[in-house]
Amino acid sequence: MADNIKLEVVTPEKYVVSEDVQIVMAPGTLGEFGILSGHTPFLTTLKAGSLSYKDNSGIDRALFVSGGFAEALPDKVIILAESAERRRDIDLDRAQQSLDRAQKRIDQKKENFDYERARISLQRAISRIGIVKTSI
Amino acid sequence: MATLKEVQTKISGVKKTKQITKAMNMVAASRLRGAQMAMEAFKPYAEKYAEVLGNLSEKASGDADPLLIKKEEVKNIHLIICTSDRGLCGGFNANLINKAKEFIKEKQVSNVNTTVTNFGKKGRDAFKKSSVEIVDEHIGVVGSSFNFSVASNSGQSMINKFLEGIYDEVYVLYAAFKGMGKQVPTIRHLLPVSAIDAVDKDINAPYQAEHICEPSPDELLGEMLPKNIFIQIHNALLETSTSEHAARMSAMDNATKACNDLVEELTLVYNKARQAGITADLMDIVGGAEALKG
Repeated sequence: MADNIKLEVVTPEKYVVSEDVQIVMAPGTLGEFGILSGHTPFLTTLKAGSLSYKDNSGIDRALFVSGGFAEALPDKVIILAESAERRRDIDLDRAQQSLDRAQKRIDQKKENFDYERARISLQRAISRIGIVKTSI
Repeated sequence: MATLKEVQTKISGVKKTKQITKAMNMVAASRLRGAQMAMEAFKPYAEKYAEVLGNLSEKASGDADPLLIKKEEVKNIHLIICTSDRGLCGGFNANLINKAKEFIKEKQVSNVNTTVTNFGKKGRDAFKKSSVEIVDEHIGVVGSSFNFSVASNSGQSMINKFLEGIYDEVYVLYAAFKGMGKQVPTIRHLLPVSAIDAVDKDINAPYQAEHICEPSPDELLGEMLPKNIFIQIHNALLETSTSEHAARMSAMDNATKACNDLVEELTLVYNKARQAGITADLMDIVGGAEALKG
């Protein structure tokens, strides 16, 4: 088995995760990427989406992160997220509501309609729901 | 000499004041804990951010971002002033406001015009009367719990105005929390961003390969620098909040002590007055008895 890598997820409000994990999958702006121990130093921006990792005992875990930065070093990964929610903290109803709202805005296409904003909130809602639904 | 009744009223008045100051002291203590916790919680983020930014800045070119470029002629500067909304915290606000005024005066001498953004009612009230232009004010932030968006909204407008050329430099004034009894008014330079101080590198650290950056280092820096401004503003607000509660706590502690001293003093006066009253009464009785004896 490969060595573990230290994952640190911090937001302005709190330290969300700090533990040794086997693999980290993160939503980079230029595409999703995976990081194992011994990764070459790497720095990128993140978009809103699901940050998943396999913890020490091989259990899959997922977090919702709403954009930020990630730095990978050979022995650790630092995720600087604007906000991060663990699966149990995600409010499914709220996510569903905001999904509906965003979808409606896109369908209606009113004047001065901000496509980018709607797209982002749609994306957020979808990845939140995705995290809750895919893995238990 | 004051009459017994007068002294008694005064004593009970001082005792009531003491109850209030004591209660305020305790409220401030519990708020302080909350504020300190928020500050502690934010620290790892700020530290990690500085670490990542430090790593990055080694790679990016010196003038990679417009936020790094110094203006040749500085005419208009902007000062963000953090004070509290409420008083009764000793010289806390006065110190901050004096520092701000000093700074503005200093700049005026070299013909630089200063405009301000106020966080907190006390600072706003102080500058309302002066000739300094208040661009923006935020009440109800310092001293309560607030989230990061306050700093990022305000920071974004600073950055926009800096880029538009309305502000040539931006500073933030806040009360640095140095400990329970020490809050220092501090001015920090925000924009343009001066060369980033890389985190002290451990000389013995193992060799690290260069970072791969996605997108390019310069673009990444463009993303990270504004965020760093927000972080500094947020930090300033957090520290000011913590300092405010600490200052109020010690101010109220002193007030309570002063009340105790005053009660002691007044009790002495009261007792003396009572004693004098008794003596006078006795004299009357003795005098009366002597007169009856004839």
